[in-house]
Amino acid sequence: MDKAQKDQHTRYQQMVKEATPQPNRWKNAAMAFITGGLICTIGQLLYNLFEIIEPSRLETTAVTQAAMIALGAVATGLGFYDWLAERGGMGAAVPVTGFSNTITAAAMEFKREGYILGMGAKMFVIAGPVLVYGILSGFVISLLRAVLSGSLF
Amino acid sequence: MDYLTAFLTGGAICALAQIIYDNTKLTPAHILVSFTAAGAVLGGLGVYQRFAEFAGAGAIIPVSGFGNSIVMGMLSELERLGWEGLFTGAFEITGLGVTTAIVFGSLMAVLFRPKG
Amino acid sequence: MTSKRLGLQTVVFQEAPRIIGCSTIAGPKEGDGNLGPYIDTLVDDPLMGQPTPEKAERMLLYQACQDALAKAALKEDDMQFFIGGDLLNQIISSSYCARDLGIPFLGIYGACSSIVEGLGLGALIVDGGYADSVLAATSSHYQTSERQFRYPIELNVQHKKSNQWTVTGAAAAVLSRTGAGPRITMATFGRVLDYGIKSPNDMGAAMAPAAADTLCRHFADTGTSPGDYDLILTGDLAAVGQKLFVQLVKEADYTLGSKHMDVGAVIYKPEQRSGAGGSGCVCSAIGILGYVVKEMHNGRFDRVLALATGALFSPVSNQQGDSIAGIAHAVVIEGGNL
Repeated sequence: MDKAQKDQHTRYQQMVKEATPQPNRWKNAAMAFITGGLICTIGQLLYNLFEIIEPSRLETTAVTQAAMIALGAVATGLGFYDWLAERGGMGAAVPVTGFSNTITAAAMEFKREGYILGMGAKMFVIAGPVLVYGILSGFVISLLRAVLSGSLF
Repeated sequence: MDYLTAFLTGGAICALAQIIYDNTKLTPAHILVSFTAAGAVLGGLGVYQRFAEFAGAGAIIPVSGFGNSIVMGMLSELERLGWEGLFTGAFEITGLGVTTAIVFGSLMAVLFRPKG
Repeated sequence: MTSKRLGLQTVVFQEAPRIIGCSTIAGPKEGDGNLGPYIDTLVDDPLMGQPTPEKAERMLLYQACQDALAKAALKEDDMQFFIGGDLLNQIISSSYCARDLGIPFLGIYGACSSIVEGLGLGALIVDGGYADSVLAATSSHYQTSERQFRYPIELNVQHKKSNQWTVTGAAAAVLSRTGAGPRITMATFGRVLDYGIKSPNDMGAAMAPAAADTLCRHFADTGTSPGDYDLILTGDLAAVGQKLFVQLVKEADYTLGSKHMDVGAVIYKPEQRSGAGGSGCVCSAIGILGYVVKEMHNGRFDRVLALATGALFSPVSNQQGDSIAGIAHAVVIEGGNL
């Protein structure tokens, strides 16, 4: 690419920036806040319930997360989550219900290509990276902690 | 009271994600991955647990709490088994959620079609 | 030879082929939109009772072809070529439709510019004397495009304001040497232009330079100006793209003013939550074979310059960091003695 062409591209990208409508940042952030906040409030309700029957905090956490994941899957199946996300944005995406939605949405979509190579293979198309990088970064930080505290062996 | 803190802290994490989404070219997938990884790292540093004591479900329900759960599993298994715990711990706590997601996701896929 | 060409990129048809029958078909969202009254057939179920949207798209395309043939009072056997293109990988909608029609098939890919590419090529074949009648058609579907180019349908994605909504439907036209109908008198085939736009959320912006280039080329080649046309139609630039397009054309010293209309920008109503507007092969096709042809019959337009634009990229090229190139083709449609 010569310089004139590069300049033209830079200039055009500036034009595009000016022509593109800005997102309604305040409204979007407020909607995300409310949506995410409400989902976490439901989570708190479940947590308080599970706390009664579960012996430890880690187990209560695990069961609460799993229950919210189940809720997210059902809401996706009923076609409600798509609607919620269009309005709540990241408020619907960031809670674990949103993580569950990525798995269910992919499973529903790719079922048409069969249960093995469609649904089975592509279920984690978006959730996969979340697990991969969650585990990789968790592994590295845990390893560091173990080495520094001498508890590795 | 714990409902209000859950609402406010969880809402704040989601609003932060929304601000990132609206002001950068990052896709939702990038943001979910970053938040999970950040939760894992903060969990490893011991920061996330202290936050969770205060925020309750506001810290547990966002994916950052899921990342934290991964690390908590690794650290508790590390204590129990030694180095093998680093390899067995990821799903110690999150396994329940991941299996739920697979079971319910598959069930929904069998029952429903995308509506569009 | 020379008399059939004008300037660098424009061809002139001496025996201008006529659109003797055309038909458009679309889903409920399009029916509720601003151009709903111009669509011939509206279906209630975008899935057409089929198990997958891919099968539904192909069925819509076949239906549009049959309707166009019926309007021209001709049958498959009377067609010497079927020119079809769509957005799906390996243009399967068109290929399977061609299998069912049994007409010799020329598959094309011009993304959302396919209908004008098809009409232009069809006119070349008819005017060249290689066929009496040619069928040109295209299809697109919201659900098939979303899953191929973007995300699963039920995924929690908030669409950005510059996003466009793929039109669900199909359109077909029968071009013929004889008969009655609007004539295709010229075609300007466009170059592929790439101004380095990378985000698939900015498709209109990626296509606007190509549209402006083809339009200005057409004016230069033919010595015409915006004043010579009753309407200058663009396909699916939508709100963001059309703003850029008008700006770029202005820089080349042409003022379009109220002569210009972009189908993508007007096909949906603002309350239909479709971002910057419509896109997809059928967006421009509904504009040309629905709106323009019908208004020509009503006597509102006599000479229309119709452009359709396409964004040339694939999910793979995009993920590998390549920018999105654009293309635009134009045809001149004249009513004359309908």
